[in-house]
Amino acid sequence: MAELLRIENLHVAFPTDDGLVRAVDGVSLTLNEGETVAIVGESGSGKTVTGLSVMGLHKKGSAQLSGSIHLKVGDSSLDIVTATDEEIRLARGRAVAMIFQDPMSSLHPYYRIGNQLAEGYLVHNPGKKKEALKRAIEMLDLVGIAEPDQRAHEYPHQFSGGMRQRVMIAMALMNSPRVLIADEPTTALDVTVQAQILILLASLQKEFNMGILLITHDLGVVAQVADKVSVMYAGRIVEQGSADDVFYKPAAPYTLGLLKSVPRISTHGSERLKAIPGQPPSLINLPIGCAFEPRCEFSTYAASDICATERPDLLGISPTHLSRCHVAEATRDRLFEEELKEVR
Amino acid sequence: MRNFLLRRILFAIITLLVVSAVVFIIFSLVPFDPAALSCGQRCTEQIIEGNRIKLGFDKPLYMQYLLFLSGIFFGRSYGSGSAAFNCPAPSFGYSFNENACVTDLLRESLPVTISLALGALILWLTVGVSLGIIAARFKNKWPDRVSSIFVLLGTSLPTFVTGLALLIWVTIKWKLVPLSLVGYTSLFENPFKFFQYFILPWITLAIAYAALYTRFTRAAVLETLGEDYIRTARAKGVKERTVLFKHTMRAVFAPIITLAGLDFAGLIGGAIITETIFNLPGLGRLTLRSVFEFDLPVVLATTILAASVVIVMNLIVDMLYAVLDPRVRI
Repeated sequence: MAELLRIENLHVAFPTDDGLVRAVDGVSLTLNEGETVAIVGESGSGKTVTGLSVMGLHKKGSAQLSGSIHLKVGDSSLDIVTATDEEIRLARGRAVAMIFQDPMSSLHPYYRIGNQLAEGYLVHNPGKKKEALKRAIEMLDLVGIAEPDQRAHEYPHQFSGGMRQRVMIAMALMNSPRVLIADEPTTALDVTVQAQILILLASLQKEFNMGILLITHDLGVVAQVADKVSVMYAGRIVEQGSADDVFYKPAAPYTLGLLKSVPRISTHGSERLKAIPGQPPSLINLPIGCAFEPRCEFSTYAASDICATERPDLLGISPTHLSRCHVAEATRDRLFEEELKEVR
Repeated sequence: MRNFLLRRILFAIITLLVVSAVVFIIFSLVPFDPAALSCGQRCTEQIIEGNRIKLGFDKPLYMQYLLFLSGIFFGRSYGSGSAAFNCPAPSFGYSFNENACVTDLLRESLPVTISLALGALILWLTVGVSLGIIAARFKNKWPDRVSSIFVLLGTSLPTFVTGLALLIWVTIKWKLVPLSLVGYTSLFENPFKFFQYFILPWITLAIAYAALYTRFTRAAVLETLGEDYIRTARAKGVKERTVLFKHTMRAVFAPIITLAGLDFAGLIGGAIITETIFNLPGLGRLTLRSVFEFDLPVVLATTILAASVVIVMNLIVDMLYAVLDPRVRI
């Protein structure tokens, strides 16, 4: 499997009047052909910022990037962090495409769907207007829109939410990108449509052999489609591994908290939803120690007050399963096992 | 679409009827007798009474109103015998002060005002929108700051200051534009003289409006640039220039057109100050003179005309909007 995307030690910070907002703080991950990598985390954990960084969509001047994002463009590799605007522009659509969170506002209200799709093709194939429109209709058909040649003449407001998300997917696929970043592609949709969109994405992935970077906070979605999972908290990856590892052998307290807070149809009658207590820290004033320490129920099991004073590193439990936690592995396994019993 | 149009036109007519009736009632309450006002120096009760009958002021108010309305469609004649005079349709009444049909007075001054408003509109749209785009594109950089100085000056300087300043410096001191004493020349008669005649009034009006449009365009462009669909365009690999001039401007266009339509309509009612400074025989000056001379038929006519232009412009803008924004297709 060829490697399509390698993010190494990515930092993204936004200067504001109140101070520097460290939205992404040392993220590394890789994405291979035909693979789905999920980035999971709550709002403000840096998932979307990571995705936008790969697209090079942060405004120059308003975002400070460091580290590297190696994206496979053609046969060579392009570092998005240091690339010129023009290099990034040419990579967009072909090497990497993105499906955005809100299909309601992500389509231009004044242009016909067919033209909006065709535009993406025309950017990379100038002058081929007829082909572009033909391809637009093909893509609309592919994502399951009935009567695509007629609907291509319609405007976004004539489409339902699910249909618009399909249009967004079709738009992202116009140039058969190698990497597809799907930023909460199902959040704005109702559950039945969510399933349809996920199935659609999976089948398109097979067809195009795409690598998908799936950004979501929905663990149900992750369980269905992801091969690898990175769990983010306060701009850092706190756990990274195969989907099985992360779901069945969670190794970071935050991951455990997420798993425990998934609502389930309980046999014990009216049980309250288990939420992680507290709030995520401010990204301007991150704690010196572990960012999750103030909310963590396991910090007492670590040596002295190390959780509050020292930032844990992302360490390997196995070569492919990493976690960021000061609590000794054996203790953690025992404690988590207890907790997971309730969940299962 | 056709139903919408018919409904809107019907509403426009009703609005016009209401406006004209209200204006009519207000002017009937003014404590001046138009018949007496137009009587001249050697005035007797008989002449006033004669005038009153001639002008139809002896009839009850609703009859006067109906006569006024029918005059618009069928023309109207005043008096009888050899002293009678006739104002053909569309007649808006007879001005005793000027001894002329109001329609003729309007016909003389309307082209001047339209030329003034239209030229200024083109000028301020060009300048205002371009400056707004530049300011938004270079937000917080020097072009933005320069344009904000222009906005500040344009919005705070009243037209009588800019107008007089232009007149004093450009015409009198630097003699760049000759002081026009010949009066209004139509564009089709002599384009050069036409431009010479209107250039300073246009600039005077345009400065004030261009400032507003710069501010409006800048805000609209910046707001649109933050929209999700602009990010989508960038994600497709669209060039930044295309993002700005196609995707962004397409969305900014509709509200600017709306604004321009309404501002233009407002100006047709008369740019009184500008017309006075530059001695333009337009609608504003006509209104002003009529107000001072209590020439009520003229005031009535210009008021109703101004109202109709606003109503008609509203209708046009609504229809344009439907064309520009696919979401309002009817």
